[in-house]
Amino acid sequence: MRSEALDGLEGMNTSATSAPLGSRPARSAPWLDAAFQWLTRFFALLVFSLLAAIIISLVIGSKVTIAKYGFSFIWSDAWDPVQEDFGALVPIYGTLVTSAIAMVIGVPVSFGIALFLTELSPKWLKRPLGTAIELLAAIPSIIYGMWGLFVFVPLFQSYVQPLLIKVLGSVPLAGALFAGPPIGIGMLTAGVILSIMVIPFITAVMRDVFEIVPPMLKESAYGLGATTWEVVWRVVLPYTKAGVIGGIMLGLGRALGETMAVTFVIGNAHQLAVSLMAPGNSIASALANEFTEAVGDLYFSALIELGLILFLITTVVLALSKLLLMQLAKGEGVKT
Amino acid sequence: MSDAASPAEAAAFESASVIDAANPLYRSRRRLNYFLLTVSSLALAFGLFWLAWILGTLLYEGGYALSHAALYYQMTPPPGGDGGLANAIAGSLVMVVVGTLIGTPVGILAGTYLAEFGRGGWLSGATRFLNDVLLSAPSIVMGLFVYSLVVARMGHFSAWAGALALALLVVPVVVRTTDDMLKLVPNSLREAAMALGCPVWKMVTLITYRAARSGIMTGILLAVARIAGETAPLLFTALNNQFWSTNMNAPMANLPVVIFQFAMSPYEDWHRLAWGGAALITLAVLALNILARALFRKSD
Repeated sequence: MRSEALDGLEGMNTSATSAPLGSRPARSAPWLDAAFQWLTRFFALLVFSLLAAIIISLVIGSKVTIAKYGFSFIWSDAWDPVQEDFGALVPIYGTLVTSAIAMVIGVPVSFGIALFLTELSPKWLKRPLGTAIELLAAIPSIIYGMWGLFVFVPLFQSYVQPLLIKVLGSVPLAGALFAGPPIGIGMLTAGVILSIMVIPFITAVMRDVFEIVPPMLKESAYGLGATTWEVVWRVVLPYTKAGVIGGIMLGLGRALGETMAVTFVIGNAHQLAVSLMAPGNSIASALANEFTEAVGDLYFSALIELGLILFLITTVVLALSKLLLMQLAKGEGVKT
Repeated sequence: MSDAASPAEAAAFESASVIDAANPLYRSRRRLNYFLLTVSSLALAFGLFWLAWILGTLLYEGGYALSHAALYYQMTPPPGGDGGLANAIAGSLVMVVVGTLIGTPVGILAGTYLAEFGRGGWLSGATRFLNDVLLSAPSIVMGLFVYSLVVARMGHFSAWAGALALALLVVPVVVRTTDDMLKLVPNSLREAAMALGCPVWKMVTLITYRAARSGIMTGILLAVARIAGETAPLLFTALNNQFWSTNMNAPMANLPVVIFQFAMSPYEDWHRLAWGGAALITLAVLALNILARALFRKSD
């Protein structure tokens, strides 16, 4: 405020002295220009410092556990609010496992959808189909959670899980992932629902980057007799590699931080289970469930440190995604 | 096909090019192509299948609650009682409106700096990058941030804190769209205004904002649609309230948290209300999305 006022004074002085007597100054209030620019710069700085402010506030909030455990917090699997002993391993494990399942299902499906929308779909169908897929991203995450718990879980429990246990349960090594009773809720269910939620994000990026491939490249390949699949696999995909990986990272960032949908179906059990069928916990769902009920500085601090870990992981993943997409955009600028 | 070939066809085969139905390599390539294109169509069907299933479930389960007027004017009931979601609907509206009113000016002004003043500067480059990271950052962390910034200091949950958490989610969306849309405004417009002696602030507010108006509006609508269904940031900020409250300085009921609480409860009538609220929120969010798209489409 003070600097704006000073700018204003200066501006008025100069305009008063430089304007010839008897005529109106050409620009009535140049200080307004400076003030407007400073106003916008102030808000840009605000947005710029937001990320750092979040990290700093989370570090301050978790100083009790950071001082008590240091880095060992990350690989300790304890979570005992009564004895006041905490560790982040179980929620980190749950977050990574559910996101990995989401990627395993979501990436191929998104690729298929993007391929259909860019190469196969008739022109008049492109927009409605693309919008329909994007609407999947518009549905609030709590709806996914509720639908998952009441509709998806019972069906999954009575049809899909027994089948998985029967078919894959006896396979050596991999069988351990599908061991245990089919209880419906658990990490696998959370991963499947997450995969539906990330499909629209990955698809949108893949579709956009597929569309920037110069038509000349594709036409040359078609001219040599390549099939549609060969054009996509050998020309489009190599050309857009960075963008596709960027899109996958964007989806991963979304999956890691997703809260409500996971909270409903993951089971919220602080246990480290090999089986994907077992209930687990993710960082976001631990926060959603326990934060308002936490008592004691150490418990609070442990939860806030969980939030800090989650934020750091997603920030790194999203920053990588952004860098890859920027790299592709740069290449596009050079070539066209 | 080829084993039943007549002499004429055999002669044709000898002179045919490699692109021929009888060429085994070409046939296997085509088979692979058709197979994978079918898989791609199935992937699309897979995506649409979930959308249809979820929306169908919502209308089926929520339809009953939606068609009862009590949903809109009665308060959230204790378990077993009759009631509606009036306080939650009002609370959600208040917090979404206040959150949008706080977040939008911040976003528009910051976006204006990125597109109009800071082009190519370090601040705009870095801000654009960090803003894109914030755009997809987990919303629950925003809740934690506002909790430690506001709730912990004030010592109690409040609707102001909830609105602030929502505003933090609005800002990145609005910054991004304002920046993108202002960059689309042709420079000749700006030059024409400047040549007429128009000051920069007037040029931005009266010329470029107007040219980019529908795009910026689209961004705001999409931001509203995003925060309308957000639950995670409200859990630790606005909390919940069983009663009608207009006090922004106290916990306030809101649809997403009520849905969360009711759906996780063991009571059948709470479940029914939760489905009603879920259907209401989804319909509102989808309508906003479609409106935003229609608005943007008309402009281009």
